[in-house]
Amino acid sequence: MTNKRKSKWGKAILFFIMLIPAFIAVFPLAALLLASFKPSTELMRFGLNVYPQFELWSLDNYIYLFTDGNIYFHWFKNSLIISLFSTILALIFSSMVGYSLAMYRFRGQNVILFLVLLIMMIPFEIMMLPLFRMMIELGAVNTYTGVILPMIVHPLTIFFFRQFALGLPDDLMDAARIDGCSEYGIFARIMVPLMKPAYGAMGILLALFSWNNFLWPLVVLRTKEMLTLPIGLAGLLTPYGNNYDILIAGSVLTVLPIIILFIFAQKYFISSLTAGAIKG
Amino acid sequence: MIGSTPSFYPNLVKGGSFLKPNTVNISSNSTIKNTRRTLKNLFYSKKIAPYVFVFPFILIFCGFYLYPVITTIIMSFYDILPGQTKFVGLENYKRLFNPTFYKALYNTSIYTLWTIVILIPIPLLFAVILNSKIMKGKTFFRACLFIPALTSTIVAGVIFRLLFSESETAFANSFIMFFGLDPITWRQSGPAIMFLMVSLATWRWMGVNMIYFLTGLQNIPKEMYEAAEIDGANMINKFWHITIPFLKPVTVYVLTITLFAGYKMFEEAYVFWEVNSPGNISLTLVGYLYKEGFQYNQLGYGSAIGVSLLIIVAILGFIQLQLTGTFRKKGGN
Repeated sequence: MTNKRKSKWGKAILFFIMLIPAFIAVFPLAALLLASFKPSTELMRFGLNVYPQFELWSLDNYIYLFTDGNIYFHWFKNSLIISLFSTILALIFSSMVGYSLAMYRFRGQNVILFLVLLIMMIPFEIMMLPLFRMMIELGAVNTYTGVILPMIVHPLTIFFFRQFALGLPDDLMDAARIDGCSEYGIFARIMVPLMKPAYGAMGILLALFSWNNFLWPLVVLRTKEMLTLPIGLAGLLTPYGNNYDILIAGSVLTVLPIIILFIFAQKYFISSLTAGAIKG
Repeated sequence: MIGSTPSFYPNLVKGGSFLKPNTVNISSNSTIKNTRRTLKNLFYSKKIAPYVFVFPFILIFCGFYLYPVITTIIMSFYDILPGQTKFVGLENYKRLFNPTFYKALYNTSIYTLWTIVILIPIPLLFAVILNSKIMKGKTFFRACLFIPALTSTIVAGVIFRLLFSESETAFANSFIMFFGLDPITWRQSGPAIMFLMVSLATWRWMGVNMIYFLTGLQNIPKEMYEAAEIDGANMINKFWHITIPFLKPVTVYVLTITLFAGYKMFEEAYVFWEVNSPGNISLTLVGYLYKEGFQYNQLGYGSAIGVSLLIIVAILGFIQLQLTGTFRKKGGN
């Protein structure tokens, strides 16, 4: 009896302990949403506070965003295109490498595995200068190609696909070979469908990464119309606050699609982010 | 049916289509055709296929990783101006011994230290709480704590800048004034900006690290705890002697990514001051590289900063692996 009561108290205490971080985690986003309904001049003068001030509420910021803030949708489109292409290309190339490392025995295999590890260890930031000079020579500055190219090999994704493919049956490959299927046919028709969960998990991780990616696009993209969302929004953070309407409503619209996606596909998000830890 | 590998077609299984008998044709102009066919067969053979699969990777690796890294190292020994390049030996590295570089190194190291001190024990604690049998609403709390990881650092930074704006009516200042403290000009002083950057990182990464630890906790066999309970172990005993040793691989992983992310930090500083802060209070190593390389066009010197960052990360990674490696030996005995 006492034990039961004790665990009941414990339950309540633990629950309330966890409410604190949960609140801290959600609060800034709620504050942002709240602020997006208030006049931006208010925000600039008084900073972000948590008084609802319902009398000030309006959809002006959003209306402005959709009517005069055209530049925002340029950024949205750019982010969408860059995320889409870099995710798809990274999935194709990384799955090919991961798959062949798992399913074949070939000379140089360990060298390639070592190279993948090496990329993980080298901070991308240190190669920016020569990479940028390369982009100038290739004429890829201020283009989608310039942003996407260095992103299409993703070491963690390669590892994940290798790990996943190791769990797939080799018997299927032999059977397909007997039926006259080529090695590429085996990959495309048999293995790719089998690796669907891996494509799902890694697709989310890569898309999230390129949607939020900052430094490299900041270096490559030059004109206002070509910027991606994070860079465009960062540029609006002026001390004069003259663009806070786009900044606030735009920030909400940048995060909201991902949060909605997360609510529906929570499992995939979490499994994709922990992909590294399990075998790490 | 599938499993019974056919001893009936040994050739096909071993060599694939490579060993398929070619239709032998001994006419004179068919040699070219034949070589083409052999090439085609070779392309489709089991031996070549893996190379075809990794070929794009090798190409991209050489072009966008190997070449730039080597070029950075070479560039760090040169003075690069438009139209002329001059070999200057270690001159760029000698220039590193200046107060700005020290400041950047100091800021980066302190930031990394704080993120390690905060972002390992606290998420671990939360993970243990969420993993306990009596906890209610696990999925809800996990989702709540994870949501900040979905926002980009820039959007998170926008929110933080507004919450911590200098006005007395902004959230942070009105909060501390409620406790009778004076309002703070958050972005202006060294300790305050460090607090902001570390808070921003903490807010975004808490949930992710917690989920790493949760995954680790769920992999601990339940029998371990049951056996310990029979032996009369209390909660603290169980935590120190079962939970902590079992979580070691995950902890090493989290430590590694936190260390690397800390030294590569750029965005958390950029949202507050871009790369030009008063007295360089928020300058980081990558920020310094960006400033010298892209704003002042000092490509040689910028490369030297990059190479020293690479060396620092390599040394710290090595030390960390050594330390945690020796721990593993002890734990194994």
